[in-house]
Amino acid sequence: MRRIEVDVNGSRHVRHVDERRLLSDFLRHDLGLRGTKVGCEHGVCGACTVLLDGAAVRSCLLLAVQVDGCRVDTVEGLAGPEGLHPLQEALHRHHGLQCGYCTAGILMTAVEMAGEAGPHSVEEIKQRLSGHICRCTGYAGIVAALSEVVGS
Amino acid sequence: MKPAPFRYERPSSLEEALRALEEAGDEGRVLAGGQSLVPMLNMRLAAPSVLVDVNAISGLDEIATEGEGEAEGEGEGDRRYLVVGALARQRTLERSALAASCCPVLPECLSVVGHVPTRNRGTVGGSIAHADPAGELPVALLALGGEVEVAGPDGVRRIGADDLFVGFLTTSLGAGEMLVRCRFPARRGAVGSGFAEVAPRHGDFAFAIACASVALDESGRIAGARLALGAVADRPLLVPAAGDVLGGSRGAEPALRAAAAAAQAAVDPADSLHAPAGYRRHLVGVLAGRALRQAVAKASEQLTKGGSR
Ligand SMILES: Cc1cc2nc3c(=O)[nH]c(=O)nc-3n(C[C@H](O)[C@H](O)[C@H](O)COP(=O)(O)OP(=O)(O)OC[C@H]3O[C@@H](n4cnc5c(N)ncnc54)[C@H](O)[C@@H]3O)c2cc1C
Ligand code: FES
Ligand code: FES
Repeated sequence: MRRIEVDVNGSRHVRHVDERRLLSDFLRHDLGLRGTKVGCEHGVCGACTVLLDGAAVRSCLLLAVQVDGCRVDTVEGLAGPEGLHPLQEALHRHHGLQCGYCTAGILMTAVEMAGEAGPHSVEEIKQRLSGHICRCTGYAGIVAALSEVVGS
Repeated sequence: MKPAPFRYERPSSLEEALRALEEAGDEGRVLAGGQSLVPMLNMRLAAPSVLVDVNAISGLDEIATEGEGEAEGEGEGDRRYLVVGALARQRTLERSALAASCCPVLPECLSVVGHVPTRNRGTVGGSIAHADPAGELPVALLALGGEVEVAGPDGVRRIGADDLFVGFLTTSLGAGEMLVRCRFPARRGAVGSGFAEVAPRHGDFAFAIACASVALDESGRIAGARLALGAVADRPLLVPAAGDVLGGSRGAEPALRAAAAAAQAAVDPADSLHAPAGYRRHLVGVLAGRALRQAVAKASEQLTKGGSR
């Protein structure tokens, strides 16, 4: 076991974790933040994507002990007192989700894109979404929602 | 699935890391970006008893040039290198202005290595040390004729790309050694490179990869050409015959076609679920042609720019 100190969505958490604890399981089971989903546990599906010090990463491919001293942002941190994040709003409006299993990961990639120099072309948006598997929507609504917020 | 238990070490210097690796012996494994190793741990395809996490070592993520034109004459002869620390993230190299000007083929091939979230974390050194036959960076290192710097119990040594990839997921690094830098020859004079692959979807591992580098002499004849292939053998594969066919030619279509045929003759790809052997062999011909054609075109562009220096 190791002691780690992590800033998650702006709150500081100190925990003792097993070295082999994945960051995805740390978030879901130790902190109770179940917005982050787990699909494949080998980096392919994108469901577990979170931000680590601002960069989108697969939380299933990081050990919790590796984020000691870092900042992690998850989907739970997106909505504020004024309501949903503009990206969440847009996904809602464009029917960009059905079961929602892929949504948290897609949102974190979209938040990363929103922080980059834009605007992003539809082609770029589709490329970025290639790292996120959605089995429900057929992607059209997701592309439309992201285009509205981070696109040209 | 979840990883089997292991002892976790997080050295903050190269010396400590090498000591930890030496102590762990066969049981130890370097953890860099974790984008290949952690999936293997999760699926229990690997279960090392000691993980040496090298991410806290500083100074191993730099991207710089070295060689000709520098005060300290560290570069050999007249070669210039883009030197990339093993821990540089793939995404950082992809967006590096220095890489774009010195080795434009690197950002190009990195754009199809996995996805942004895997490249944000995956390292350049990790990709090369992992030596996946379908990895783009190992193929590029081979095509450019680069080398790696390896640190171990007996100090630092260099291994040329031609001697690095020795089998499936296997390099010539010895036990207790760690890859610390990758050295890619920087573009200079009338040289050009090309890259082409076919993958099922953007970011997926490719069915076949080709990467080429071509140098022209002042008269526009090919002074040297290197063609490397990925995903069609147990390791990234250099095709010396393609270089031989092109040497001395002007890189016109018949010569390019002969080189592509030499590439096809050099491989014996295996069947896979989505790409039967025959299709892969066909792709090798098409992609080798594309990569070489691009490389010749870019080298000629440099020549007309008066860049034969
Ligand atoms: C969804 C997904 C898609 C991917 N698609 C592609 C793709 O299309 N093309 C591609 O090339 N790759 C792809 N990858 C793999 C990715 O590029 C990895 O980042 C890379 O193969 C390994 O680099 P790493 O830093 O993550 O290394 P790790 O996973 O940490 O390590 C990999 C291996 O190399 C060893 N190692 C790492 N660093 C060193 C070092 N400095 N010295 C000695 N040994 C070392 C480790 O011990 C381990 O055996 C993909 C990965 C994922 C998850
Ligand atoms: S659960 Fe992490 S990428 Fe699928
Ligand atoms: S909404 Fe169900 S997987 Fe995307």
